Amino acid sequence: MGNFDLLMQGFGVAITPMHLLLMVAGVLMGLVVGVLPGLGAPNGVSLLIPLTFSLDPTSAIILLSSMYWGALFGGSTTSILFNIPGEPSSVATTFDGYPMARSGESTRALTLAFMSAGIGALTGVIVITLLAGWASNFALRFGAPEYFAVYFLAFAAFIGMGSAAPMKTMVALTTGLLLSTVGMDTITGSVRLTFGYSELLSGISFLVVVIGLFGIGELLSTVQEGLRFRGVASKIDLRDVLKTIGELPRYWATSLRSALIGIWMGITPGGPTAASFMSYGIARSASRKGKAFGTGRPEGIIAPETADHSAGSCAMLPMLALGVPSSATAAVMMGGLMIWGLTPGPMLFATKPDFVWGLIASMYVSNLIGVVLVLATVPMFAALLRIPFAIIGPMIVAICFVGAYTVSNSTFDLWLVLLFGMVGYLFSKLDYPIAPLVLAMVLGHKAENAFHQSMVLSDGSLAIFFANPLVSAIMVVGIALLVVPKLLAFGSRFRRRIPVE
Amino acid sequence: MTYLKTALLAATAIAAAAPAMAEWAPSRPIEFVVASGAGGGTDNFARTIQATLNREGIIDNSVVVLNKGGGSGAEAFLYAMQNEGDAHKLIFGTNNAYLLPHVAQMAYSMENLDPVAALALDEFLIWVKADAPYETAADFIEAAKAEPGSVTFGGSQSKDTDETLVSLIEQTTGAEFKYVPFNGGGEVGVQLAGGHVDAHVNNPNEALGQWQSGAIRPLCVFSPERMAESDPIHDGKGWHDIPTCQESGVDIASYRMPRTVWMPAGADAEAKAFYTKALRNVAESDAWQEYLNKTSQTGVFLSGEELSQFITENETSAVEVFAAEGWTSQ
Repeated sequence: MGNFDLLMQGFGVAITPMHLLLMVAGVLMGLVVGVLPGLGAPNGVSLLIPLTFSLDPTSAIILLSSMYWGALFGGSTTSILFNIPGEPSSVATTFDGYPMARSGESTRALTLAFMSAGIGALTGVIVITLLAGWASNFALRFGAPEYFAVYFLAFAAFIGMGSAAPMKTMVALTTGLLLSTVGMDTITGSVRLTFGYSELLSGISFLVVVIGLFGIGELLSTVQEGLRFRGVASKIDLRDVLKTIGELPRYWATSLRSALIGIWMGITPGGPTAASFMSYGIARSASRKGKAFGTGRPEGIIAPETADHSAGSCAMLPMLALGVPSSATAAVMMGGLMIWGLTPGPMLFATKPDFVWGLIASMYVSNLIGVVLVLATVPMFAALLRIPFAIIGPMIVAICFVGAYTVSNSTFDLWLVLLFGMVGYLFSKLDYPIAPLVLAMVLGHKAENAFHQSMVLSDGSLAIFFANPLVSAIMVVGIALLVVPKLLAFGSRFRRRIPVE
Repeated sequence: MTYLKTALLAATAIAAAAPAMAEWAPSRPIEFVVASGAGGGTDNFARTIQATLNREGIIDNSVVVLNKGGGSGAEAFLYAMQNEGDAHKLIFGTNNAYLLPHVAQMAYSMENLDPVAALALDEFLIWVKADAPYETAADFIEAAKAEPGSVTFGGSQSKDTDETLVSLIEQTTGAEFKYVPFNGGGEVGVQLAGGHVDAHVNNPNEALGQWQSGAIRPLCVFSPERMAESDPIHDGKGWHDIPTCQESGVDIASYRMPRTVWMPAGADAEAKAFYTKALRNVAESDAWQEYLNKTSQTGVFLSGEELSQFITENETSAVEVFAAEGWTSQ
């Protein structure tokens, strides 16, 4: 009830020349770190933190969060243009964004991505505005079993609806799970699968693997196809951008569903990356042209982008209201809050309304600024694809290696990029799906931790996953997503066979 | 008189150090290697020092912060080992630097690290849900004794400071708890507020928000005397109103986590003197005092012999706990 007044007050705080300037600066810097793979939002934001000590907390959080939005926007750019995800959460965007760009429609792909991103972010903010109090109480109901159920749901949504051969999916999935167990385990404190290499102690970075699998792997395939990185000669002008915006309303159902998935994953701290995968999986099975996914369907771009951004903005809520960061960037910003002398927690809304509502209001404004700025860059980025392969190819290699190195400043990671580049090439030649591997790497470790914690709590009884209505409901939906499509397929094959016999 | 004494001391210190100091100063950007991910307590510690150094003009060189939090922080200490003798790297950690090699096979040992200073002590408290049936720490322990394994402790990581403390409580009181490790203090805090665990031993800073809102309350603090006076936080109670654990019948006089700064072994002794002096200046600044107040930590400045002694004591008592729990790896 009072939320609306508070929001208006927040706009009063957020819309000052100084703050608008900070938003533009933040979004632009975010775009730069987002576009460069490996640098990413968490690194960018932590580089800025010391600079914010001389700002007041509201200005500081506006700067940092604007940078976050900018990075989220920027992350999709390289996914679409070069098949190299700039951010973990934009991996799913490559599946259809890259094929669309390769077929000469890079302007359309980028515009679709940025517009859906903006729509997702705004939906997320509206939800925060309306449900701030309720949503944070809801998040308190999530213990270890509920967390596991959420991860299980994300797995089920993506895998259950996959179209690749089940055995190949299993191989990719288990490889991903295996990779995610490398390093020191949180629950037991023991070191696993490092084979004595101390570089592996901290695990294999998901981003390094993704840069190898997608960036280098794709490059190798291109080289084999005969060095044609088709310098796409499509006309590039702003009218294409407007035309694409015009086709968006047609996909309202996909947008809406994806935004809801994003909100759900943002509030239950599943995170943006899981949200984008889940949303892509569900969009693929919901679409009647399901088989054509992966060849440049617009829905395949809209779904992950919308979910990614609505989850990204909703993830601010658990951070402010509970002090749980649901993404790496949120963790860095929370550190900032503490240094500025603010305590994230339920009382923040009561004790610092100017700060909280100033931030929420700034999320509306800076996301709008972000959409306008990135749309303006579309022709420029789209033009990159006109550059002949002989020039852009080596540049991509350089970007991949620099990006992988920035993840944790380790030269060992460069070897991993090469290795996973080979793996990515083999996967695509042999028709193994890469997505399940990536998903397993993102969620595998978290799911394993949550499962292990649940087992400690319940003394080893699986009944804990059906111990209350919340967790049982999520588990049942997950199992249904896994089983029902298979049953349907089986059923229809059965029915088709009857007339033949 | 105190001023005079300090001035005299400082003067002699400078006189003694002057010829040496003149010879060493950083010649390129300094790397701050943080043994935790971005956003954690150790990260804030390093970044506050970074900001203070530059703002107060203590060091003019630029400072780059690198997060190497993998393997509970082992990544940062391994990095120190690989950069032996590099005087442009400082490593920021807690007691994990010297405790990790005891519980897991590590490629580095204390031979590879040279302690520079400890600048703060973080306190540990027992927190329970606001509506929990226990009024005092003694009640809580009794409840755990009455039904062994029924009381759940959440904590950050495994075989790390939190689990060590919980084991220490078990060994001291004879109670038996169930310990569930989570990924960090913030996550544990929410698990308690949501009622998924019964207690945790978070630092003041990690628990402040939930206490303010009245979701959780402290039972006792593991420090030799009560914490500093503060404004009331919830229900008219502030940090100073929390009894020490010893007062409330849990016989652990002190359990605190030092915030420490290290250098790779084999670096120039003069460089170490340079950083010790710079860090001492930080510890005496107003900005540092403000950071300590905001995060409810206790300020100290330990270096040289004092620091080695502190480390030895802290290590010995922790290793006793490890041995009793059967965690020691060597």
